[in-house]
Amino acid sequence: MQAFQFDTVTLPPEAEDMRRRVRAFLAEERAAGHLSGRGSWSAFDPEFSRRAGAAGFIGVTWPREFGGHAQSFLVRYVVTEEMLAAGAPCGAHWVADRQSGPQILRHGSEAAKREILPRICAGECFFAIGMSEPDSGSDLAATRTRATRTTGGWLINGAKIWTSRAHRAHYLIALVRTGEAGEDRHGGLTQFIVDLGQPGVTVRPIRNLAGGHEFNEVFFNDYFVADDRMVGKEGQGWSMVTSELAFERSGPDRFLSDYQLLAELIDRVGKAPGERQAVEIGRLVAHLAALRRMSTAIAGMIENGRSPGVEAALVKDVGTNFERDLPEVARRIVAVEPSVDDDEDAFAAALADVELHAPSFTIRGGTREILRGMIARGLGLR
Amino acid sequence: MSSEISSILLDQADRLFAQHVTRERLADADAGHWPEALWQAVEAAGLPLALVAEEAGGAGLAAADGMTLLRRAGYHTVPLPLAETMLAAHLWAAAGGAVPEGPITLGPCNVSDTLALERAGTGFSLRGRLHRVPWGEQAGHVLVHARDAGGAAHLALLGRAPAGNAQRRNLALEPRATLDLDGVALAADAVRKAPALAEGGLLELGALARAQQMVGAMERCLDYGLTYANERKQFGRPIGKFQAVQHMLAIAAGHYAAAAAAADFAAQAWGSARFGFAVAVAKARAGEAAGAVAEAAHQVHGAMGFTQEHPLHFATRRLWSWRDEFGHEALWQERIGREVCAAGGAALWPMLVGA
Repeated sequence: MQAFQFDTVTLPPEAEDMRRRVRAFLAEERAAGHLSGRGSWSAFDPEFSRRAGAAGFIGVTWPREFGGHAQSFLVRYVVTEEMLAAGAPCGAHWVADRQSGPQILRHGSEAAKREILPRICAGECFFAIGMSEPDSGSDLAATRTRATRTTGGWLINGAKIWTSRAHRAHYLIALVRTGEAGEDRHGGLTQFIVDLGQPGVTVRPIRNLAGGHEFNEVFFNDYFVADDRMVGKEGQGWSMVTSELAFERSGPDRFLSDYQLLAELIDRVGKAPGERQAVEIGRLVAHLAALRRMSTAIAGMIENGRSPGVEAALVKDVGTNFERDLPEVARRIVAVEPSVDDDEDAFAAALADVELHAPSFTIRGGTREILRGMIARGLGLR
Repeated sequence: MSSEISSILLDQADRLFAQHVTRERLADADAGHWPEALWQAVEAAGLPLALVAEEAGGAGLAAADGMTLLRRAGYHTVPLPLAETMLAAHLWAAAGGAVPEGPITLGPCNVSDTLALERAGTGFSLRGRLHRVPWGEQAGHVLVHARDAGGAAHLALLGRAPAGNAQRRNLALEPRATLDLDGVALAADAVRKAPALAEGGLLELGALARAQQMVGAMERCLDYGLTYANERKQFGRPIGKFQAVQHMLAIAAGHYAAAAAAADFAAQAWGSARFGFAVAVAKARAGEAAGAVAEAAHQVHGAMGFTQEHPLHFATRRLWSWRDEFGHEALWQERIGREVCAAGGAALWPMLVGA
């Protein structure tokens, strides 16, 4: 079967050096009381992001002239997995570092690169993702938000939805319609950098079922965007979001979302687990070890200039199913009632948090059904 | 051996298997006949000695390449104790012994069997019984792990097992014999100190081999499933065009990819301090995947896959047996679970990344 391949990767010495640096940084953060006992990596903490940027952990692969650190993807991989495993609050800079920055670096105007990338690297500039719309979730080709030409730029009208952290980010990259879709439905789409502080854009909060305010609806009303804020060329939007989504889908954030719960579960079960507890925990760890192996393989493929679309979809599908499985296993082997406000029982609180957020794991970044369609295409079935 | 020569050898093996492991041969093996011609071809290609060092007369394949060879053997459902012979030959050569020709099997193959080694005159004698030894009656030699009264681990190479043993077969009709070795006498040079890799027994190595074989057999199941889904038409189109079928195969592909990654992990860890953990991960993950992939492959094939006419069963019956041999998933999962719980939650991450 030739449909996909996960080559073995050996992390180079500089990646292990970086691991030590990140761990030392996180130990200092912990000592200074900046990391809560059980943090969620997606927590939005601009001060943490600033310190991570100053320590050189953002824009790891980008050229030095734009504030980056000119290191390999494998080094970046180690930074991300160490941050996630520690539950460090990376939510502020995550999207900019993972996908928006790389898009601007590869396809943005010189002016945009000079103005924005160094600020991302410094941990001072945050991005949101402007892909989904009220009538265009999984079906991105149905995008209706439109940009029309005006003097010196474009006017955007329409709405984006499920825009995580738009109320706190500085920018988003919006996928908008600038022309006709054409027969394959993939034409006529273009990406623009939208400054969320400019007039013509309003943000409406949408509370999630856990009571949190992460995502939003973003409205554009004759929002003016200059020509040099276009990312890539007019009409290239589809192929760009496709490659961007490969970055979004392949990382360790697709199987480590609730890693802290696994660590809590192990401590809760204790050093002498019952047979069933040991079996279930061992099963989870075996799944996790395999996933990490798949994910490092993808980092190696990106480093080698390949575009691991099907492999990324596989990691996200298998990884997010693991994330969904974890709280279900935890509650089977430990008798505990999840509690949203029990400050005496860290495990009950962690379980509550994960159970309430779990539905999002297999939706964000591409639903599992979309991913399975992509995998099937890779297998030659579509 | 250079990686270039390794890849030539692996390609040759793949072609040899494809050519010689025919449906007729597989059916003949199912009927209980030892496939001597196939063994001769495999031996002539040097595959049983793949993991024996070049200076000891072997091919000197790197362990990871040897594991790839076992995957190819699994893919082609080779009805021979090739994995057992490769491991036994490697261990016996590593212990300083001269590797005999012909198939070699090994044991103990499960946690409940142990063998004791006792002094007897100038030589030794064994005490104990082995269950479900692969090709235990057919193999020319049996390599066993046994401990002496002081607890030291030894390997002993027996000639053909004593006759009169219970012949058993697994779901794929591969022979799995019970060997009563009580009082079997061994000359002094047939017993050697176990090399580090086999110090704790043969279970881990056997589990590693079965994990690789399962990955190969799963790949075969997916190949059959994808081919059939694109060929078989119902309601005017190939069944692979239906989302329900697509998603079933996509899920199976995820299981296969995870199992392959876990098996890679163990192959890379060969001989390292992480070997035991990595093998446990590989056998547990591949075993779990095996059931899921076999189920999906059968579901895609409908009634046709439930016949002897379609060759899918050669792969799936092996998967159903191999997942339980050398320790089923729960055994390895429990080992992992006890290890990580004893170390505590904070120690898990360093254990996973090996740093």
